[in-house]
Amino acid sequence: MKYMLLVCADGVPDPVADREIEERIGPWIEEMDRRGVRLEGHPLQSVENATTVRVRDGEVVLTDGPFAETKEFIAGYDVLECADLDEAIEVAAKHPVAKYGTIEVRPFMDS
Amino acid sequence: MATLIKRIGDWDLAEECAQEAFAEALRRWPLDGVPRNPGAWLTTVARNRAIDRLRRESRKSELLAEVATEPTTSDPMNDRDDEPEIEDDRLRLIFTCCHPALPLEGRVALTLRTLTGLTTAEIARAFLVSEPTMAKRLVRAKHKIVGAGIPYRVPPAQLLPERTAGVLAVLYLLFNEGYVASGGADLIRANLCHEAIRLARALTQLMPHEPEARGLLALMLLHHARRAARLDRSGDLVTLEDQDRGRWDANEITEATALLDNALREGSAGPYQLQAAIAACHATADRPEATDWVEIAGLYELLLELVPTPVVELNRAVAVAMARGLDEGLALVDQLESSRSLQSYYLLHATRADLLRRLERPAEAAVAYREALELVGSDAERRFLERRLAEVTAA
Repeated sequence: MKYMLLVCADGVPDPVADREIEERIGPWIEEMDRRGVRLEGHPLQSVENATTVRVRDGEVVLTDGPFAETKEFIAGYDVLECADLDEAIEVAAKHPVAKYGTIEVRPFMDS
Repeated sequence: MATLIKRIGDWDLAEECAQEAFAEALRRWPLDGVPRNPGAWLTTVARNRAIDRLRRESRKSELLAEVATEPTTSDPMNDRDDEPEIEDDRLRLIFTCCHPALPLEGRVALTLRTLTGLTTAEIARAFLVSEPTMAKRLVRAKHKIVGAGIPYRVPPAQLLPERTAGVLAVLYLLFNEGYVASGGADLIRANLCHEAIRLARALTQLMPHEPEARGLLALMLLHHARRAARLDRSGDLVTLEDQDRGRWDANEITEATALLDNALREGSAGPYQLQAAIAACHATADRPEATDWVEIAGLYELLLELVPTPVVELNRAVAVAMARGLDEGLALVDQLESSRSLQSYYLLHATRADLLRRLERPAEAAVAYREALELVGSDAERRFLERRLAEVTAA
């Protein structure tokens, strides 16, 4: 089953956390790639560089910033291929951001 | 039903076919006699119905192929005993219904719907919601199991301890829902206790090497043993101290203490065993004055190591008050109050009030009773606190 991991940071500046995440993310990617559970993924630039696009009444309406103005924000994503939710949970729990932020695990819709 | 889900993987279909198989059994067995293996008979009939339905609806051909080509016993009336398989399936079912990825209310509802004979309407009444609300809750849980890929299995070894704790918590929640329901007013709610006890009992049989399952059953039985004495004729609360111990169910107490002794012998006393041991101290004291508070305080200390929460601290403070002196207990409660972790927990204030009352400091007790009254939930407990408040203000 395919799952999306939405890696959410909590928006609280924490240099200790940042350092730890930086150190652990490489090994996590390596392990999950090797296991074949991680198909792809990438960190995303800050929400300051986000642009929201809406089309209303035929007009393209642009806004600077993220889709939702919240303290928490999506810092990156990963696409997983797992046997079941328990495996996806195990992979998400090992993600370095899980200790400081939140990882949303959402199954892909059946095509 | 558990067996059907393993083979069909579609909850609703399995449920309907199970219902139809039961109905068929009610029609056939009085005429043909009860088969030697009723479980296998029901499974075979239900599965055949499911195959028919799938064939007619031409859904998921691979699923149909899988189910239809499984070896069928030609004579369900005289099948060999496949009880262990059915038992394994019940265990898989319990763990699946109690999966932590499901919302708690969904876990509770699904466990009841799938593992007991209660209908959706009965469960709705028990939880004081409308039937459509409960139906939606059940559907949502089932859809999540299928949609999110919650595996239908007993968790592997590395997950088993935390998942078992989760199952026990759901069963205990069920029990408490039924237990706090006021006496005769709604039998459906009181029935939850019976279902919880039945499920806990089943779990002790399905997990014979898990002492906490026995601990939970013992704990439930010990609480249940006191139900006749908990409320007086006006439906008002009677404290443990004032309960007529002659109305406690001696058989349940005996069964519980035997279960507990058996569990504790394994030497890994978990939280339910410890809570049961505490309840057993009360249950085996023939008068309040005979209660071994020192033992209880010690048990709370052990419980705190496993469950270091403010509520357990509060309970320990009460035991300390009774074992070592009211002042010492009050000091602990005051510490909890200043830590502000139980600010909106009415029992913190009620406990302070009670200790102050026993220490003959009525003015302070009254203040604390008033604080408790602002936070209390149930009517029975409100009336109890109001009575106490009246006592200390009259003093």
